[in-house]
Amino acid sequence: MDDTLTIAGRSFRSRLFLGTAGYPNRRVLLDALAAGGTQFATVSIRRISLDGDAESLVDVLTGRVELLPNTAGCTTARDAVLTARLAREALGTEWVKLEVIGDRDLLYPDVEQLLRATEELVADGFVVLPYCNDDPVTCRKLADAGAAAVMPLGAPIGSGLGIVNPHAIAAICARSPVPVVLDAGIGTASDAARAMELGCAAVLLNTAVAGAHDPVRMAAAMRDAVTAGRAARLAGRIPLRTGAEPSSPQLGLIGS
Amino acid sequence: MIGHPDGRGVAASERPAIAVIGGGIIGLAIGWRLAAAGCRVDVFDAGRAGQGATRAAAGMLAADAEAEPGEQALLPLNRLSRSLWPAFAAELEAASGLTVDLRWDGTVQIALSADDTARLRHHHAFARSLGLEQHWLTGAEALRREPHLRPGLGGALFSPGDGQVDNRKVAAALVVALRRAGGRLHEDRAVEEVVVERGRATGVRVAGTLHRADRVVLAAGAWSRRIPGIPPEALPPVRPVKGQMLALRMDPAAPLLRGVVWTPTAYLVPRADGRLIVGATVEERGFDDRLTAGGVYALLDGVWRALPGVEDLPIDEMWTGLRPGSRDDAPVLGPCPVDGLVLATGHHRNGILLAPVTADAVAGFVLTGDLDAAARPFTLDRFRECAA
Repeated sequence: MDDTLTIAGRSFRSRLFLGTAGYPNRRVLLDALAAGGTQFATVSIRRISLDGDAESLVDVLTGRVELLPNTAGCTTARDAVLTARLAREALGTEWVKLEVIGDRDLLYPDVEQLLRATEELVADGFVVLPYCNDDPVTCRKLADAGAAAVMPLGAPIGSGLGIVNPHAIAAICARSPVPVVLDAGIGTASDAARAMELGCAAVLLNTAVAGAHDPVRMAAAMRDAVTAGRAARLAGRIPLRTGAEPSSPQLGLIGS
Repeated sequence: MIGHPDGRGVAASERPAIAVIGGGIIGLAIGWRLAAAGCRVDVFDAGRAGQGATRAAAGMLAADAEAEPGEQALLPLNRLSRSLWPAFAAELEAASGLTVDLRWDGTVQIALSADDTARLRHHHAFARSLGLEQHWLTGAEALRREPHLRPGLGGALFSPGDGQVDNRKVAAALVVALRRAGGRLHEDRAVEEVVVERGRATGVRVAGTLHRADRVVLAAGAWSRRIPGIPPEALPPVRPVKGQMLALRMDPAAPLLRGVVWTPTAYLVPRADGRLIVGATVEERGFDDRLTAGGVYALLDGVWRALPGVEDLPIDEMWTGLRPGSRDDAPVLGPCPVDGLVLATGHHRNGILLAPVTADAVAGFVLTGDLDAAARPFTLDRFRECAA
C-alpha cells in the first residue's frame, strides 16, 4: 500500500527524520541513519563547518541522506533569517527547519519571533518547517503564514519525556491544514509510535537515538515504531470502553 | 623486511631511512622508537614540534571515563595504551633526563543536578555492561575526595584506573630523546609533497628538495589530508575538531582540586605546579582556530558551577587546538594502499593516551612489516565497509 508522505510537493518514503548531533562518533551516526531508514536529516548550520572541506559533516552525509538545515541556537527572527539564508547559500536548499528559541533552559520556541521569521522566509521563497509549541492556535497561525509543515514539541528538547500533552498534539493534527511533524521530547520507541497514532505525519528526533546505549539499535526501533504507529492510525483503532466486551460470542451458550 | 632492531652495528648508509611527517606526540614518539632501533629518522614539522594538538591537550589518561557507546573496539586499545604509560614514561624520562609528571589519581565525573545524576547513572549502566571498574560515589563521598567542589552534588562516578601526564613536558622530553637517539628534527619545514613513484612512497619534498626515505610515516594530525601527493585512496578520513581551553593558576600549596574532575560541561585537570587546566569545547569549525567569547564563557561557566572558589584565580592562559578526528573517533594506524606510506593519525581526544601503543605498533610495523594484533582493527581498511 502506497503511503507516501508529501511536504511542499516533495515525497518521503520514511516518516522518521533524524537529527545528527550528539552521537558518539560519525560512524555511529551514519550507521544509525541507515538503520533508521531515514531520508531526511537535520544539521545545525551554526554548529558545523560550511567550508566545503572533505570530511566535514556535510561532505560525509551528502549522498546518504538529504539535509534539512536548522537554525538551532538562534534567539531572534533576524538571527534565524540570516542563518537560513546562510544555509541556502552553503547547501543549496530552500528548506529550513526554523528554530527561534525564547528560553535558554527550556529551549521553548519564541512564538512571536517564530511567526515573524516564518513570514519573512516564506516571502523569500523558503520552504519553512517551524519548530513550535504544542499549541493548536500557534500551529494554525504558522500554517496561515505559509509554513509547509508544523513541528510541535512533545516535550522539551532532549528531555526524553515523551508526549506530555497528547490531547494538544491530537487537536493540532485534527485541525492542521499542513502535515504535523512531532519534534522534540521523544525518549523511546513507544513515544514515536504514540505520535503517529495521534495523527502526526512524521517524527523528528535526535537525542533518544544519539544518547542510547546502542544508538544503531535504537534507530531501528524508532523506524519500526513509526511504521507501527502509522499503520495503527490508518487501521482505525477501536473506541475506548469502560466495561469489558467479550471477544468470543456469548449468545447461544447454555444457560445464557 | 627493512628492520635492523640492533641497527647500531650497521653502517649508517644501510640503516632504513624514515621520514616522519608531523612532530606532534605521535610523530615524535614513533621517531624516537625508530631512531632507538637504529633507523635514520627525520621528523618534519610545518611549525614547532609539539605545538599543535599535543600542546593543546590536557594529558588525561582516561581510558575508562572516555568509554562511549559504539566505541567498544577502541576501549581495549585505550586501556592497553594506558597500561603501557608507566614504562613508556620511565623510559622517556631516563632517555631525556626530563620529568613528565605521570600521576594516577583517577577520574571523578560529577553530577550537579537531578538531570545530571540521571545522565551519569545512564552512563554508569553502560560502563558496567562493558565491565569497567567504576564506583558510584554519593555527593558526600565525592566532597570528601574533593572538598572544594560545590556542596549538594547529586553523586559522582569514580574511575580509579585513570591518570594524567603533563603533555607539554612529554613533548619536550620526546624532542630530547629523539635527538639523543640520533633522530633529526626539522622544524618550520612543511612537507610540500609525499613523493610516490610507481605506487610506492619514496620520500618527501621539503623546501623544494627531495628527501628520500624507505618509509614515510604520516602523523600530521588534523592536517593529514592536506599533505600534497598522497593519492585519494590513501588519505585517512580525518578532520579538525576544534577545542578551546584555558588554564587558571591555583596556589600549589593549597590547590582547590586534587585529581581530575569532569563536570557535566567541562573537565578540570590540576597540575602539580598549581595550573588548573579547563577544557574543552568540541566544535566542527574546519581549520578555524580562534578563541571565541562563547567558548571561553562555556568553560568558565562550567568550572565555576562545579568549583565556585575559582572566582579569585588568575587566568594563566587561553588557547585552542585542532584534534584529528576520524570517522569513528579511533586512530588510523599502519598500512595504506601506497606501499611505504604508513599512517599514524586520527587520534581525536586520545592522542596523549594512545601515544605509547601507537609508537610501538607503528614502529614495529615499519621494522618488521607486521602490525601488532592490538592495532589491526585500526587500519584504513575498516572505512571501506562503512555504512553505505
